[in-house]
Amino acid sequence: MPDAAPAVDGWFTTTDQPSLVGARCSTCGTYLFPPTAVFCPNPACDGTDLERVELSRTGTIWSYTINHYAPPPPAVSPDPYEPYGVAAVELAREQLVVLGKIADGADLDALTVGMPVELVVEPVIPGSDEVVWKWRPVP
Amino acid sequence: MSNEVAILGAGMTAWGKEGRYFASYGVEAARGALADAGVDWRDVQFIAGGETVRNGYPGYVAGSTIAQALGWNGARVATCYAACASGAQAIDVARARILAGLSDVALVVGADTTPKGFLAPSGGERRTDADWLRFRLLGATNPTYFAFYARRRMELYGSTERDWALVKIKNAKHGLSNPRARYRKEVTVEDVLASPMVSDPLRLLQVCTTSDGAAAVVLSSLEYSRSRGADPVRVSAVSTITPTYPQTIIEMPYLATDSAAVAAPPERLFRDAIAHAAYQEAGIGPEDLDLAEVYDLSTALELDWYENIGLCKQGEAERLINDGDTALGGRIPVNPSGGLACFGEAVPAQAIAQVCELTWQLRGQAQGRQVEGARVGLSINQGLFGHGSAVICVR
Repeated sequence: MPDAAPAVDGWFTTTDQPSLVGARCSTCGTYLFPPTAVFCPNPACDGTDLERVELSRTGTIWSYTINHYAPPPPAVSPDPYEPYGVAAVELAREQLVVLGKIADGADLDALTVGMPVELVVEPVIPGSDEVVWKWRPVP
Repeated sequence: MSNEVAILGAGMTAWGKEGRYFASYGVEAARGALADAGVDWRDVQFIAGGETVRNGYPGYVAGSTIAQALGWNGARVATCYAACASGAQAIDVARARILAGLSDVALVVGADTTPKGFLAPSGGERRTDADWLRFRLLGATNPTYFAFYARRRMELYGSTERDWALVKIKNAKHGLSNPRARYRKEVTVEDVLASPMVSDPLRLLQVCTTSDGAAAVVLSSLEYSRSRGADPVRVSAVSTITPTYPQTIIEMPYLATDSAAVAAPPERLFRDAIAHAAYQEAGIGPEDLDLAEVYDLSTALELDWYENIGLCKQGEAERLINDGDTALGGRIPVNPSGGLACFGEAVPAQAIAQVCELTWQLRGQAQGRQVEGARVGLSINQGLFGHGSAVICVR
């Protein structure tokens, strides 16, 4: 995908082993995603030095859904429409939950809560020139 | 000193999908509430409007738009946006002015006109807005989040589609005799389970629709109500709290939760905390309630609310709905109005509509759906971006 551009800048890497880019407060050590805050979100911390860090590439599904109706704009959908999965994934080290679409081609009927997943970067929808992070079940 | 204010009047339009200009619904509800209160609009000193993002600039300044439509009367004005909690916030602002002695009588109005289908973010390309990004990047509609919560119930407590269908059946039955309900039709388990899948595991009849509608209340100081010889329903708590860090349950429209890596999660998760703050303020507990109006965006979410407001312990809500505890005639009726299942959401009006129902119930005026002898009621909901909304009314 030589022309593919991240759908949002600076939130994930696009290497062979991609990861989300979060931030870690160098004062209290908490994590956050997306890495857009300027001040630490922990109310007990007055930190302002938020270091960009790559988040865990793997996690487990906290919950998920399969959407059977096309979402409204600005969402984009393939034509003809295909149901897609969205998962809320727990990252153990960071102790937070991050959403993401389920990777293309994954067996949506096989999804379960607690299933291990890894991060991949794919077109937002097949054929799109924008790429985004997604979660792929780990066999 | 009492922290209560009086509800002198309540007014609501019928909920529907007529596509009228939102302010016309607002005026209809406001006139209804003023007539019910016996208050002349020209005597209202403060108007608070629930904002709607769907009706252009007039929607952003809903308080003023509706004031002008009622005929400028010089009242002070505020407009509140807190998504589904906008109405509670408008009530809270009006209550604060009354309790501060700055106004004696206030009108609170919320009105909306919604498009068909999924609620969607405002137009334009806004790549710094979580609400825009969740649609663009993830296709994460509102039912996507409802489905996350529903599936958690399945996983944690063995909740089933059939349990949720019982919520729909109950609310549909409650709404049958409510003249303002948009849907007045009984449904069966089979109807619910045969309806199309929207966001697995939630089917069409397990999620609420979007509607047009408006609701209004006239609030006053207790002193003002006494001078009129009224024995009004009183507002004894309004909980408009925000979450406490770290908010560890994914909250619409965010793409991630807070991290619990260095700070332990709060004693109460957000929805529990919304109810707790209301109970604290009113000095009562769940055992004192005669009824509740909860925000059934999905049928499964209604079960979450049973636990959040303390009607039962975690994981016991399925038993309540199966035993009929929350149906009219049961131990603690929930959503006697019919809830969102019969109304659909008209966002800035909805928290006010809940308070209208509490008012009619506590006055004994909820014909065909009356909770006998009701003296204490709680309404609760939650607006996206972390807005709590709960109101306790007593009589």
